[in-house]
Amino acid sequence: MTSRKLTIALAGNPNSGKTTIFNNLTGAHQKVGNWSGVTVEKKEGVIIRHGYELTIIDLPGTYSLTPFSIEEIVARNFVLDAHPDVVIDIIDASNLERSLYLATQLREIDCKVLFALNMADMAKSRGVKIHADKLSELLDVPVVFTVGNKNEGMDALLKKAIELAENTRQTPEGRKVHYSPDIETAVADLQNFIHQALPEKLPYSERWTAIKLIEDDKIVRERILSLSGDHQQALEAQIRLARQYITDRFDDDPEIIMTDERYGFIAGIVKEAVTTSARQRVDISRNIDLVLTNRFIGFPIFILFIWGMFQLTFSVGKYPQEWITACVHALSAVLESHLPDSLFKDLLLNGIIAGVGSVIVFLPNILILFFCISLFEDTGYMARTAFLMDKIMHAIGLHGKSFIPMLMGFGCNVPAIMATRTLESEKDRILTILITPFMSCSAKLPIYIVLTGTFFAARAGTVIFIIYLTGVVLSIITGRLLRTTLLKGLDAPFVMELPPYRIPMAKSVMIHMWERSKMFLKKMGNVILIGSIVIWTLSAFPRHIEYSRNYEAEIQNLQRQEALQKPVNAAARRTLEKETAAAMDDIKGQMQAEHVEKSYMGQLGKLLAPVFAPIGIDWRGSVALLSGFVAKEIVVSTLGILYVARGDNKTEALRTALASSDMTPLSAVSMLVFVLLYLPCLATIATIRRELRSWKWTAFSIGYSTSLAWVMAFLVYHSGRFLGF
Amino acid sequence: MNFMLLSDIKQGHKARIVHVGGSGALRRRIFEMGIIKGTEVYIEKYAPLKDPLELIVKGYHLSLRVEEASQITVEPV
Repeated sequence: MTSRKLTIALAGNPNSGKTTIFNNLTGAHQKVGNWSGVTVEKKEGVIIRHGYELTIIDLPGTYSLTPFSIEEIVARNFVLDAHPDVVIDIIDASNLERSLYLATQLREIDCKVLFALNMADMAKSRGVKIHADKLSELLDVPVVFTVGNKNEGMDALLKKAIELAENTRQTPEGRKVHYSPDIETAVADLQNFIHQALPEKLPYSERWTAIKLIEDDKIVRERILSLSGDHQQALEAQIRLARQYITDRFDDDPEIIMTDERYGFIAGIVKEAVTTSARQRVDISRNIDLVLTNRFIGFPIFILFIWGMFQLTFSVGKYPQEWITACVHALSAVLESHLPDSLFKDLLLNGIIAGVGSVIVFLPNILILFFCISLFEDTGYMARTAFLMDKIMHAIGLHGKSFIPMLMGFGCNVPAIMATRTLESEKDRILTILITPFMSCSAKLPIYIVLTGTFFAARAGTVIFIIYLTGVVLSIITGRLLRTTLLKGLDAPFVMELPPYRIPMAKSVMIHMWERSKMFLKKMGNVILIGSIVIWTLSAFPRHIEYSRNYEAEIQNLQRQEALQKPVNAAARRTLEKETAAAMDDIKGQMQAEHVEKSYMGQLGKLLAPVFAPIGIDWRGSVALLSGFVAKEIVVSTLGILYVARGDNKTEALRTALASSDMTPLSAVSMLVFVLLYLPCLATIATIRRELRSWKWTAFSIGYSTSLAWVMAFLVYHSGRFLGF
Repeated sequence: MNFMLLSDIKQGHKARIVHVGGSGALRRRIFEMGIIKGTEVYIEKYAPLKDPLELIVKGYHLSLRVEEASQITVEPV
């Protein structure tokens, strides 16, 4: 028997428990993607129940279907254009009045709606009793009680949804919102006009179209006008007339009046379907908030939480990180000894494993970080962090919620940029993603330590602090600059719900964490892999290099000399072996340096040298900076190769080598500034591209940061020289 | 009648909405969140930095920037 297929969409307010219900219904059978063209997450799951194949779609959580935010546009378009068989509206019972606003909007669209009255037990404990039958009767919509976090009512919900989908009864017109007579007149007039002017071409119901046109809904208006052909001007005039008619009578915009009347309609329903007992219980959530957003201790607690998150992510995460590094090393060691020397081996070991390995070590950090962020989100604390920080963030033209992603940037930009998903406004998200790379990530720290340690010794700490501060200041300036130019427009209004605190469900935290990590792992498979191969190719080719000296012969010569010598005793033998080994290291180091110098990478570096010369960086510096594109950690090791740093303590050796080179403290500062600001690493760029879903913005991010880096380094270098440093 | 701005109401006081000013999307959003004429709101608290503020409307907690609240005319209750 082939099972019949049905599509069920879940709609509801944010924090209505929609995601929990979705998780309960679909369990592990969910697929996370994006709605085409936008960064809004699309979750769907296919399950087989009662002989039906049910595709459950989790629509973005919205408060209304007025198309202002992307979430609302996505949700509405899906209901309008994809024609799901049933829309389940998840209604937070303890927040009935506001939840019903979305419900009335759904009722106005001609689709089959079913209400899941969620968390009615909580409402009851707060003294609110909802009469489901009355509510069902008044709105003519089936109502099912559910308790999402206890997994109750899920089966009844699906049964009812299937029943409703199979019911061929026309959706009744009778119980929809009724506006006051004047508005109804205007709607009816416009509806008549549409009926005559656009017969059978209308994508939506006539009444709904008329209402949306009167509300000046941009999307519907454009669509209808484009369909109206010869009648376009007449239709425009008719819409103006209808709007004017209402404005004259109510002295406000029609859309405001209609919002007002919908709430009036809802108030009527609530009055009949809800009884509130006077019994006032202690509101735990409010008491928690008295502490967590307290005027005096709110901030200290917030800082403590953030500190804890950082500790967990970067200090505890260090251990699994070390295990992964060990595994990667072990793997390359095994391959090293078992594979015959070949170009393929070199690619595998020094290209793929080294490249992917250097990024995969971030997996533990990402897992832990997203565990913390899921906790913040699921408990409701995230909204409080925005509440606390908004005043400060607003000064940069950002929303309070941008704070956490930016702060994460100091650790690693990859999870930081992924964390911007918590931002609702597209513009805020773009802006936050663009300025987050200026938060100096932990991978850049080794570079700072080497350079400042060499040239500023005692004042190294101060210099590093100033570098970090410069990043923050420049991110603020960039934020303000972009807000007034490319990302113009009002910042997102702060009208934000502070949901009651809830105990997070392990299942939902785990699903959340796993989704993010899966995305990260997928990226390993493509972008990072390709990038690593490209970088390896550049540094491994051309294969045959014309060395200026015959290193091989020199090495052989050394070995011969060692063999010829006859040390008098064991001590003398040891000294001899040591001397020979040091001499060999020296030659090998010089050979390696020359190899890098003459590889395509080195050639590219030399080609770019004129670009770096004005900011006081020589070709070696430019090769090192180029290699930093894979991961910033590599900059130090490339510098080590090029400056032929020798000895067991690589950092010490590099310092000595740098100090005796022609690098000056001033050019070191210039390089520090450049490293702070220039293009982020491959993993970050891949993440930026993924999150922004736009090559244009990704290119902008790379171009902007790199040119800013150059200009700032130039200014620092030349003003320094002018001042005589 | 002594009308005031919502942003001038002290913490722990109640007020009834008289008029929501401003324009465009923000104004409509405020309406859609249930802040409409005649609704009673309770000022729960101001954030530690005095902005934004938290109010209780229709049984739930909503936060608004002071700037946004200063466009809403209320009548103290």
